[in-house]
Amino acid sequence: MGRGRLEIIAESLIEWVIRLCGISAIIFIFAIFLFVFKEGAEFLFNELDLTEFFFSKEWYPTSGYNKRYGVLALIVGTGSVTILAMLIAVPFGLGAAVFISEFCGPRLKESLKILIELLAAIPSVVWGFIGLTVINQLIIHVFNAPVGLNILNGGIILALMSVPIIVSIGEDALKAVPDSYREAAVAMGATRWQLIRRVLLPAAKNGLLAAALLGVGRAVGETMAVLMATGHSVNMPNSVLDSVRTLTATIAAELGEAPVNSDHYQVLFIIGLLLFSITFVVNMTADLIVRGVRKK
Amino acid sequence: MVKQNPKIEISDLKVRYDDVHAINGISFDILENEIFGIIGPAQSGKTTLLKVINRTIDFSPEARVTGRVKVDGKDVMRVGNVYALRRKIGMVSPLPVGLPLSIYDNVAFAPRMAGIRERSQLDELVEKCLHQAALWDEVKDRLHSLGTKLSGGQQQRLTIARALSHEPEILCLDEFSIAIDPVTTMKIEDVLKQLRSKMTVILVTNLVQQARRLADRTAFMMNGELVEVGSNDVIFSDNPANRKTYEYVNGIFG
Ligand SMILES: Nc1ncnc2c1ncn2[C@@H]1O[C@H](COP(=O)(O)OP(=O)(O)O)[C@@H](O)[C@H]1O
Ligand SMILES: [Mg+2]
Repeated sequence: MGRGRLEIIAESLIEWVIRLCGISAIIFIFAIFLFVFKEGAEFLFNELDLTEFFFSKEWYPTSGYNKRYGVLALIVGTGSVTILAMLIAVPFGLGAAVFISEFCGPRLKESLKILIELLAAIPSVVWGFIGLTVINQLIIHVFNAPVGLNILNGGIILALMSVPIIVSIGEDALKAVPDSYREAAVAMGATRWQLIRRVLLPAAKNGLLAAALLGVGRAVGETMAVLMATGHSVNMPNSVLDSVRTLTATIAAELGEAPVNSDHYQVLFIIGLLLFSITFVVNMTADLIVRGVRKK
Repeated sequence: MVKQNPKIEISDLKVRYDDVHAINGISFDILENEIFGIIGPAQSGKTTLLKVINRTIDFSPEARVTGRVKVDGKDVMRVGNVYALRRKIGMVSPLPVGLPLSIYDNVAFAPRMAGIRERSQLDELVEKCLHQAALWDEVKDRLHSLGTKLSGGQQQRLTIARALSHEPEILCLDEFSIAIDPVTTMKIEDVLKQLRSKMTVILVTNLVQQARRLADRTAFMMNGELVEVGSNDVIFSDNPANRKTYEYVNGIFG
């Protein structure tokens, strides 16, 4: 009834502002993609041998007479560090989320959450520094290795960095499970573990999955800390004690030295495209899984 | 009539939530294999009493319980294995709570927790409980779809089936018919009459006539006090011991 003209105008204005924000987000993402694409396009279409790019482990972008651009070792580097990090971080993070949400008293819960937020706020250079010093020494002593900058070190550092995300999103997911579910299960005589395993985890699985995948996203995209912790040597690893180099670290380390528009410069942008695609695929999968779970 | 043994003995029970006195010292016994009605206006402590009986009062940390409630002669506040106590008791709450599982898994939840794994045994149990809750015919073709997708009345019957699934010795129903239509309510009432031979039924209800129809004995509670308890012949007669009972039962107040 009696809605003022002004109110109607204001409402449609707000609607348009919101719509604009949404559209601009999409435009920005496309613009970034286009920019990265444009910088690498010429080389990508004219000179780059895609088979060599993906399947050669020889990365000699600055060699004087025989430049080679094979990123297999870098992909393996990123992959191995990420997988190791997730093997550590997902069980730890989800375990901690369950502990915080189901086993803690209110006081302990608050302190732990503050601690975890603190962990999340540590800048990645600092993590890299911890990798360079503390974990490096630790690995040298424990494994009697010549150097401690390797997959293991990078994996641990990345795990430590993704755990806070996994914990806080996982905890939110568990908190969102209605209390009535808990009460119903408990009234039927469920023990604490049965309650967690049979009711809470299934009810929160979307959120927990999202937590894990955001952790993966964090790990794939991380640059500075892995650059410092993995030893930064292009290498096909045989064990977690070998040094590697990741895709991200390569861009960060070499882009500044590569002359603009040189082949090397363009290849680095193609690596950027590759990273872009990887994160895109991870997010898409996450989305599809979550949607599939929801439909069922 | 054979003398029945007390299944639940309540003596001088008091429950306080911080400074709200929910139950102020009530005492009575609930006998084996009877349907025991509890009537009374809202806020009189009926739900709280049920929560003490199955010890879910533990989840209200502000609650203080004194006095004694014994189930099978054992003080519930001091039992060693609270899970075993809860498995003995089926609880149906006023608003249905379907777990986010399939219809089948909702009903098979408690038996599985008790360690039953064999498929055929579970199938049989699920079918039996759904029959008992007057739900089988409506869901038999979609046992594996989500329980939370059922209508309100169907969900309530699902929680009744679930409460029966661990073959409880005591079945507590807390205003179960709030969200169900009258026809379904009558169906479930028939079921309850049959269950009397197998278990003790505590029927908390805001419908006085429901207690009159079903219960053997009824307690009338008000503001955390027990006004009167006795056989239905007395409670619903023209001269119960307490005038207030007469007035409440006949809708003069409440
Ligand atoms: N968790 C709680 N915290 C504080 N007060 C409560 C809680 N549960 C119930 N009460 C209070 O206890 C009294 C009895 O409530 P309840 O047992 O739910 O009565 P009924 O089921 O007869 O309506 C009410 O005054 C209610 O407000
Ligand atoms: Mg109530």
